[in-house]
Amino acid sequence: MAIRSRGFIAAWIWRRITEMIRKLNGYLRRIPVWAVWLFGLVPLALLIWDTLMGGLGVDPIADLEHRLGRTALYFLIAGLAVTPLLRLGRLNLMRFRRALGLLAFSYAVLHVLVWVVLDMGLSWGQMLGDLVKRPYLTVGMLAALALVPLAVTSNNWSIRKLGGAEWRRLHQLVYIAVPAAAMHFLWVGKVAKPEPILWLGVAVALLLVRL
Amino acid sequence: LTGKMSGYSTDEKPNTLKEITNYNNFYEFGFGKEDPASYSGNFKTDPWSVEIAGLVDKPGSYGVEDIAPDSALEERIYRLRCVEAWSMVIPWLGVPLAGVLSKAGVQPSAKFVEFQTVLRPSEMPGQAQKLLDFPYIEGLRLDEAMNPLTLLATGLYSEKLPNQNGAPIRLVVPWKYGFKSAKSIVKITLTDRQPVSTWQKLQPAEYGFYANVNPKVDHPRWSQASERRIGAGLFAGRQETLMFNGYGDQVAGLYSGMDLAKNY
Repeated sequence: MAIRSRGFIAAWIWRRITEMIRKLNGYLRRIPVWAVWLFGLVPLALLIWDTLMGGLGVDPIADLEHRLGRTALYFLIAGLAVTPLLRLGRLNLMRFRRALGLLAFSYAVLHVLVWVVLDMGLSWGQMLGDLVKRPYLTVGMLAALALVPLAVTSNNWSIRKLGGAEWRRLHQLVYIAVPAAAMHFLWVGKVAKPEPILWLGVAVALLLVRL
Repeated sequence: LTGKMSGYSTDEKPNTLKEITNYNNFYEFGFGKEDPASYSGNFKTDPWSVEIAGLVDKPGSYGVEDIAPDSALEERIYRLRCVEAWSMVIPWLGVPLAGVLSKAGVQPSAKFVEFQTVLRPSEMPGQAQKLLDFPYIEGLRLDEAMNPLTLLATGLYSEKLPNQNGAPIRLVVPWKYGFKSAKSIVKITLTDRQPVSTWQKLQPAEYGFYANVNPKVDHPRWSQASERRIGAGLFAGRQETLMFNGYGDQVAGLYSGMDLAKNY
């Protein structure tokens, strides 16, 4: 009796959850993609606001660089979570995946630009040397470069042109880019800090559930 | 507080008090640069005593005012170069370590000096979280410790040393990366054995005993050839890092004949 009722409760909870997700999917269908873009530009707006209002702290360049890099990683992780959420949780965010990916790319580009222009002050010699010699920079740049072909082909025309299978294969580059970005975050510090370890763990988990 | 002007001061423009007190690596209070300013409010620095121990004639506990009486303070405007490749200019108030050690009577067998930071996890959240292997330990060779540049600081600008900068008394060794300059010191030990510093113990391939500022010897994960001066503005770019942080005239002789790539 006890076992049957426990099974009953579990089934009831499961029904409630799937019902909730179905409802959620209904709401999600009504959210226009541009709303995701708008939401995605909030961190940039805050950053610009802080820059202009002097709210960036004692080393504004490091602040800009780190906040842009972090935001890029968050959107990369969000994009990587879309498929597992659909497969394991039936939550459908597929319509927003392109926007998430392109937002991640935009923040990554700004992150690299701040590094090149503000942090390194356009000292190309040192930058090139560092990119070769410094593993954290090598993997970081690798992650950023891997995103370029993905951003360029994030449009319907490219999917048609490449064909679905080929396009999907190309976009598997993100499986390299995301852990590389998280690794870059972990490696840049003097000591291993909890936040980058967390995100590296999440990235790896999101890849493992695909196996 | 005031200090006598010193010929060892740089004429470069010092960073503002706000910059110096809001951008600190002091893991006793957290990893973030602003954590020390945010979380050092409960740190009690009065009363305070520093134990001078080991190979000295007069070991014992000394008050901060015995070691660095206000009347003896000098103003030393020093460059500070962090191992993370940023730099500042800081107007310290303090006394040369050499005088303090001489008063305690360094015995001939002493070869090194070990510095220990206070261990007080109840007032230091970074210690409570065990962010590093505390208490923080640093060390100098005796001749480095006796160099006239080496300072025990108790103030900056005209203020008593703020908690986040290592109150009430800290080491300042301007030709070495910042982490060598131990903060909130409670113990100074003269010894015949080379101390193992906290960073060296944590990551010996990245942090050596000497940690001299050296643009030609890179940190294994980043370059030390250049640095970014805090407060220089968004578009200031980088400046070249100088050998021994520009203090070569005073200290290069300490290392003649040594391979500084090996003894990093």
